[in-house]
Amino acid sequence: MAKKKKWDYSPAPESKQPAAISRRYELFINGKWQQPTSGSYFSSINPATEEKLSEIAAANEADVNKAVQSARLAYEKYWKKITPAERGKYIFRIARIMQERARELAVTETMDGGKPIRESRDFDIPTAANHFFYYAGWADKLDFAFPNKKASALGVAGQITPWNFPLLMAAWKIAPALATGNTVVLKPAETTSLTTLKLAEIIQEADLPPGVVNIITGAGQTGALLTKHMDINKIAFTGSTEVGKIIQRTLAGSQKKLTLELGGKGANIIFEDAPIDQAVEGVINGIFFNQGHVCCAGSRLYVQESIAKIFIKKLKDRIGTLLVGDPLDKNTDIGAINSAQQLKTIQSYIKIGKAEGASFYESDCALPKKGYFCRPSLFTNVAQSNRIAQEEIFGPVLCILTFRTDDEVIEKANNSPYGLSAGVWTDKGSRIFNISKRIRAGVIWANSYNLFDPTSPFGGYKESGFGREGGLQGLQPYVQLS
Amino acid sequence: MAGKKPAFNIQILNHSTVEQTGVEERAIRFTKRSIKGASKMQGLHMVLSMIDLTTLEGKDTPGKVNQLCIKARHLHDHIPGLPSVAAICVYPSMVSVAKKALQGSTIKVASVATAFPSGQSSLRIKLADTRFAVEEGADEVDMVISRGKFHAGEYAYVFDEIAAVKEACGKARLKVILETGELGTLDQVKKASTIAIAAGADFIKTSTGKIQPAATMPVTLVMLETIRDHFYKTGKKVGMKPAGGISKSKLALHYLVMVKETLGDAWLDKQLFRFGASSLANDVLMQVAKETLGHYQSPNYFSID
Repeated sequence: MAKKKKWDYSPAPESKQPAAISRRYELFINGKWQQPTSGSYFSSINPATEEKLSEIAAANEADVNKAVQSARLAYEKYWKKITPAERGKYIFRIARIMQERARELAVTETMDGGKPIRESRDFDIPTAANHFFYYAGWADKLDFAFPNKKASALGVAGQITPWNFPLLMAAWKIAPALATGNTVVLKPAETTSLTTLKLAEIIQEADLPPGVVNIITGAGQTGALLTKHMDINKIAFTGSTEVGKIIQRTLAGSQKKLTLELGGKGANIIFEDAPIDQAVEGVINGIFFNQGHVCCAGSRLYVQESIAKIFIKKLKDRIGTLLVGDPLDKNTDIGAINSAQQLKTIQSYIKIGKAEGASFYESDCALPKKGYFCRPSLFTNVAQSNRIAQEEIFGPVLCILTFRTDDEVIEKANNSPYGLSAGVWTDKGSRIFNISKRIRAGVIWANSYNLFDPTSPFGGYKESGFGREGGLQGLQPYVQLS
Repeated sequence: MAGKKPAFNIQILNHSTVEQTGVEERAIRFTKRSIKGASKMQGLHMVLSMIDLTTLEGKDTPGKVNQLCIKARHLHDHIPGLPSVAAICVYPSMVSVAKKALQGSTIKVASVATAFPSGQSSLRIKLADTRFAVEEGADEVDMVISRGKFHAGEYAYVFDEIAAVKEACGKARLKVILETGELGTLDQVKKASTIAIAAGADFIKTSTGKIQPAATMPVTLVMLETIRDHFYKTGKKVGMKPAGGISKSKLALHYLVMVKETLGDAWLDKQLFRFGASSLANDVLMQVAKETLGHYQSPNYFSID
């Protein structure tokens, strides 16, 4: 018998056609598509091909004013007056239309941001729709959410979303704001505005009163204008700690409420009694999900020394099976890095890690010639003193440290300016409770990682921000209790 | 393995635990792989070549077994270039019939043994059953473990029994059926897999096909991971055979994806991976015909021996 050919998966690309991306997008203000006062547009490109997808309006100060004004008007004229059940009806409608247009949204998200179609199809879009469904249910039950208190809306919420989960983050922000009776001006990240603009189309289709949701696009400057605007009652921001600090300074002394969801350097802790093979999978999912562009990524791995050798071997073997390439291919595990700039940041951290003396290992997979790609990689022999163990890389780079005792690993895990997420892997229930009680992180996963649900609150401690999104707790930042 | 029987060492059971939800999640991930075009065709051919075509019924006769063997040799002659199945799997009393019918082919004869399917008999009877199958000409023996003893915590007994059957097999390759549907948890599946491998199994196999649930992807994944641990430790490759409940091509391809991504390409070979199935072959043939001709054919065009 002839020697058999190696069995590889043939390309299985998803069609681009359902995306139906327009050549140009205007600003969505007061229920209408409006040209920007500036008259200027910026390009949105596909990070996997470096091709231009569309051009998008850049909102200036006049546009921001217009958007906030229309949100204020809509609040006074419509949104404040309709019944809570009626508000819920609109939100349910948004959720259903999102489901109907799920394929279009998934393909667009993947083309615009570079994430694998498997993730946008199976995670981003369905979870975003679920958020609307979940908060739609709360709209007429706020009395039960806050017993013996009266919850009233704040007014106009200014919201700024990041580029890693564009549509999902828009859902996290818009859904609770609407459910509690606020109106919204939202600015998506400039590299990934497309699905948020499609969400504006959906909101139009759902026939929301004009001005209840306004979407303005632009770079950081537009966001800064929004945070400074005097007629806004609430700012919600998800993004870098650096920008979060600037926003907090801007808001100091104002009456605006603030929620910040910032960076992280999640500690994923593996004890020697852990279910090893599932822990390996959890570590892979924790760091390589969405190319590592996840604020709660498990980027600091702590492995108990007694199992470090076999664990790292298994991790390396598993990294070898990850498929890197065309994000639209249904078999792709790791897609494109979101932007040229982010790729540069990741590469500079890899250089720093090598210079710091850590051992570098990366998959030997081939990378596409065009587009921004990065091989999944890991550093061993890392210490707390290394910058790669302290700073957020926001890419597919894992740092592995070892530990000996429970107390030691708790101390090390907490030894970070961040406090967003952590993972603990052990067969011992009491250890799970001990560790999770003593680690300062907003989310702690036990024998799992990167699982999300609309009913579960998400947010950080320390420089990872404050305020919670999701769940009952996610209503609180959008209401005044009396 | 010739010569000395291995001795049971309790330390082999100091392996890590299994987290069921994690296993299930991972198993679902394999089903998300899209197998199309050339890789589908290659995969389907591979599936055919890995099938242990099985009949294990009280009403089996030489006539029935003979017909099944002809099917094994001539899967679907309308399409040239198809592989034959890996083996025919029968009861010991049918081994000589199958052996004769398969003469001159590369198809192996596998026989179940050791008081299949329950295994509720004495070691003496089980060894005699095994020797009978081998003397009749079985190339492979599919034994069942003593699940009762396993649940009673008599791991040394289970181990020694497998080692003894292995010795009785002589040159025949030994597949050890764990009957995972009776083991209760994935932790138990891992424990039983570890014992079987350490005792000398050439293959570990999920099920007899007589108990529900039979093979599932999560159970098979835990067994593959145990095989991988053994390979990491010793460099030795043990084979895997899921059996029962795999009757559709698509599911069979998902299994191949799981094998490829857990153990690597080396295991994508009938020497190391088998499907125990009776109706899978025809579903694969229908898919191959569809890929070849561009449209589905009626099931009436595929023989049902």
